[in-house]
Amino acid sequence: MDLHFTGDEPTAEEKAAVDGVTVSAAAPGGKRTYLLPVLHAIQNRIGWISPGALNHASRVLDVPPAEAFGVADFYGLLSTKQQPQAVAHVCDDIACKIRGADLLCSALEKLHGPEASSTDGKATWHRSPCLGLCEQAPAVLVRTAGPKHSDQLLACARATDVEAAMRGSEVWQPPLTESLPQAGHAGLKLLKRVGEVDPASLDEYRATGGFEALRQAIEMGPAEVIREVIASKLVGRGGAAFSTGQKWNAARSTSLPRYLVCNADESEPGTIKDRAILEGDPYALVESMIIAGFATGCEHSYLYTRGEYPLAARRMEHAIRECHLRGLLGDNILGTGVRFAIEQRIGAGAYICGEETALLNSIEGKRGEPRNKPPFPTQVGLFGQPTVINNVETLINLPHIVLEGGAAFATIGTERSTGTKLFCLSGHVARPGVYEAPFGITLRQILELAGGIGGSGKLQAVLLGGAAGAFVGPNDLDIPLTFEGTRAAGASLGSAVVMPFDDTVDLRPILLRIAAFFRDESCGQCVPCRVGTVRQEEILHRLKAGRTLTSPDGEVALLKEVGQAMRDASICGLGQTASSAIESALAKFPIFQDKLRESEA
Amino acid sequence: MLKGIHNGARLFVVDPRRTSSAQFAEKWLGLHVGSDIALANAVAREVLALGLENRSFIENATSGFEEFREHVQKYTAEYAESICGVPAHTIRELARAYATADRAVICWTLGITEHHNAVDNVLGLINLALLTGHVGRYGSGLNPLRGQNNVQGGGDMGAIPDRLAGFQHVENDELRAKFEQAWGVKIPPKKGLHLSGMFDAMERGELRALYVIGENPANSEADQHRGIKLLSGLDILVVQDMVMTQTAELADVVFPAAAGWCESDGTVTNSERRVQRVRRALPPPEGVRDDIETLCELSRRMGHDLGNPNAEEIWNEVRSLSPMHAGMSYARLEGTGLQWPCYDENHPGEQYLHSRLWERPVSGPLAPFSVVEYEPPVDGLNEEFPIRLTTGRRLDSYNTGVQTGRYASPLRFGETIDVSPEDAAKYSIQDGDAIRVVSRRGCVVAPARVDPSLRAGLVFMTFHFPDQVATNELTVDAVDPKSGTSEFKATAVRIEKIRKMEPVEV
Repeated sequence: MDLHFTGDEPTAEEKAAVDGVTVSAAAPGGKRTYLLPVLHAIQNRIGWISPGALNHASRVLDVPPAEAFGVADFYGLLSTKQQPQAVAHVCDDIACKIRGADLLCSALEKLHGPEASSTDGKATWHRSPCLGLCEQAPAVLVRTAGPKHSDQLLACARATDVEAAMRGSEVWQPPLTESLPQAGHAGLKLLKRVGEVDPASLDEYRATGGFEALRQAIEMGPAEVIREVIASKLVGRGGAAFSTGQKWNAARSTSLPRYLVCNADESEPGTIKDRAILEGDPYALVESMIIAGFATGCEHSYLYTRGEYPLAARRMEHAIRECHLRGLLGDNILGTGVRFAIEQRIGAGAYICGEETALLNSIEGKRGEPRNKPPFPTQVGLFGQPTVINNVETLINLPHIVLEGGAAFATIGTERSTGTKLFCLSGHVARPGVYEAPFGITLRQILELAGGIGGSGKLQAVLLGGAAGAFVGPNDLDIPLTFEGTRAAGASLGSAVVMPFDDTVDLRPILLRIAAFFRDESCGQCVPCRVGTVRQEEILHRLKAGRTLTSPDGEVALLKEVGQAMRDASICGLGQTASSAIESALAKFPIFQDKLRESEA
Repeated sequence: MLKGIHNGARLFVVDPRRTSSAQFAEKWLGLHVGSDIALANAVAREVLALGLENRSFIENATSGFEEFREHVQKYTAEYAESICGVPAHTIRELARAYATADRAVICWTLGITEHHNAVDNVLGLINLALLTGHVGRYGSGLNPLRGQNNVQGGGDMGAIPDRLAGFQHVENDELRAKFEQAWGVKIPPKKGLHLSGMFDAMERGELRALYVIGENPANSEADQHRGIKLLSGLDILVVQDMVMTQTAELADVVFPAAAGWCESDGTVTNSERRVQRVRRALPPPEGVRDDIETLCELSRRMGHDLGNPNAEEIWNEVRSLSPMHAGMSYARLEGTGLQWPCYDENHPGEQYLHSRLWERPVSGPLAPFSVVEYEPPVDGLNEEFPIRLTTGRRLDSYNTGVQTGRYASPLRFGETIDVSPEDAAKYSIQDGDAIRVVSRRGCVVAPARVDPSLRAGLVFMTFHFPDQVATNELTVDAVDPKSGTSEFKATAVRIEKIRKMEPVEV
């Protein structure tokens, strides 16, 4: 390829970082698919993506340097500007905001100066969207670059913890059981091992029933496995609730090679459930992926893990390696001749990469921008080949379906939402964390399970389904938590975020945070979303400041119009849902109008 | 429109293709390409048969009704079905819905106007509005939707062969004298040529010099082979454009132009005749000039000094010569702009036109019904060319791609020839197969895309990617003599699957 480079040369250190990544031209998708791993290596080594390092990466990978820059520039955790070696990403998203994130930011501002600046050139801090540790808010991700690079996700973070982590010390973290109030309870299925079994130990996994389902699945054969999955009525847990069995069935008749991708990039604000599985039961995901690959005829798979989950990524990497060593992954799994491999890819801070086609582009070494559908990934997916994409939680249901049978699985939950569900409770709830309960449990019941409303004890509102979901009020507590039940109530279950707010919370900054989130995370490809998310935030700012263009009602009408345009015309779910929580809040609660009328009076 | 639908409006879409607009519609009328007049006349006949015409409006405001009524009697819904391919009962449904609606609007774009009988197509639609009184009232009317933000403004300013600014006829001595006096020059007293007429004049050797501003006729004209040959044979071709188009590459002189939407001051006028201000946000790059500057400098070099007017001074000249713009000072255009006509500084502008038709008695001329007859497209189908090709645009691209081709879009997949599932089965075509498309004028090769929104016998292509596929080598340059528009929408072709596609060296 005829590439044009700037004169910037890499340093020895940068060269070593790039060359340290094993790149295989024979890999599916060619060398370019290693672009994101290479950029991670540079970022981890020197703390930013320098022009010299980028040139070297482009040469090694045969990628036009302008495109490589476009990719580097796309992700929140990669910096194309020089910055200090230690960076704290302080979550100020919804759950953390009501639990002291802004105070923490003020403390860091005193120590290091305003956001993105530094007093000593060694450390800096940024505000960050949701880090997926909402049950132990406020959360901070501290990344230090250098030969001994480290990433630490800090729970219930205090400024002293952040400082220690930025100096390179390892900060003690609470065990996972703190995030799983149900840990050890009888009757748990998906969370059975989480917090109970050593997540590093393959032997403990096997001793607690691990890999029995895989053995059984191989005996059953792919067609029979798919039949059971169809009988189970399992639907995707990522938010779209599409039938897993149908997706697999469609994939079976497509051409080869065919890829399996596990979407472990949960980044919907408030969503913490997949992290619990990745950190607490990594072998279960490996086993589930092998079953899925076996059933759909995929021999190569990718696990795309959130960049904000360093511990999860390490545990998954360890589990994948152990399984290779023990013949549970590779060319002859369990001696049956079944072939399957898992390659883990680490995201770099982009909400949009949770969208399946954006995720595929990210794996391919492109900007994580969604593709237009159709064609759906089942037909044209990764590297242009048929691809099956499933969410972590969806996949870990498989061993249970295989062992119990689809029909038995379908008896749990409701007619249309079968099985158990992982719920993400955070905000003003007495015992935040990940909960497992059968579909159909009501909002009231799940809040009771979590010890009731925290904070002042008086409920103002619940955010259901995350930033892309909807607010409901104290009168909506009998909504059954199923896909169909929430839809009937004008909300959505989404990724099963349940985030209550007590009556002391001012919802205005919460809505502004949601609007800022979507404006920041919009990939900018399609106009309704790129412009609409900005307009939406502007309207909220005007309402908050009491400087409306027309009248408060006029602004709300305009907001609805912008929301409708985004729903009608955006190509992916981000734009289609970017206004739903805000519109629901304005419809349910007289948030801005009352205040404005007071001031007008 | 979607806002209207969300508010409960009913939408009927008349289009040979089941477009994305059609997917929001209550009914889709998938008519054969070029059969619009048969459909319009049949709708009129049904309205009359149901007694739903607006008698008092017809009597008060229109002329030629009796002749029109006689004429449409033969267009029964069943007869129209045989021409259009739209079921008779659906035609009746549309007639009833349109006639009984409190307010109704007919909107159209190039599917109506890119035909050899474009003007007749439009007259057929006007008949329906006159018949039902859906004109001259708030919320009713006829609306040709413009494809760009300032198509309307271009026409308003006299960028058409027979009009000066404000649609003042150049052959009217009194009006012409007004302009001559203001400008201090003689204006040719006869109307000029429209685009297709210019190409014909080039062919006859009468037109030897051409100055093209912001157009790319080398790629956008029907029968592209001929167009490029004629442009190449001129004595001098001057192109003023912000990008190096294929037309600019043929030119003797190219004037680099500023980008109107961000590097120029001025106004634009949209589909609803709303004049809005545009403000310069950036200086143009070095060596690039604003259109005003280029035109004035050129005039100076040719011996006529126009001075160095700014955009507002030129606009004020427009206001002094064009009565319908007279009241639109820059100060009044702040905010959301004004809709013409706006005759003086106290005039609020008109939200809709033709309200005079509701005055009793009507002031000025009556609105005439027109007798229009269905005629099939010029490029007829036969055994050799059995398939109808229609061309159009996709959401993410503009015309020949000059303005859009430089930007990535998630919706863009390059040129394809879209075929119906039925034809795909008949010709054993799959997505991505190389298809040779042959018309009476040319032949191109494009990858196939099976598109369930098409009906058997109809194929679709865009002309967004002339470097990849020169679609306009296929189209027919049959022109509507009244409008000068070519019949881009209806080409007879045959399609052939190429068994083996040679790999292309890149």
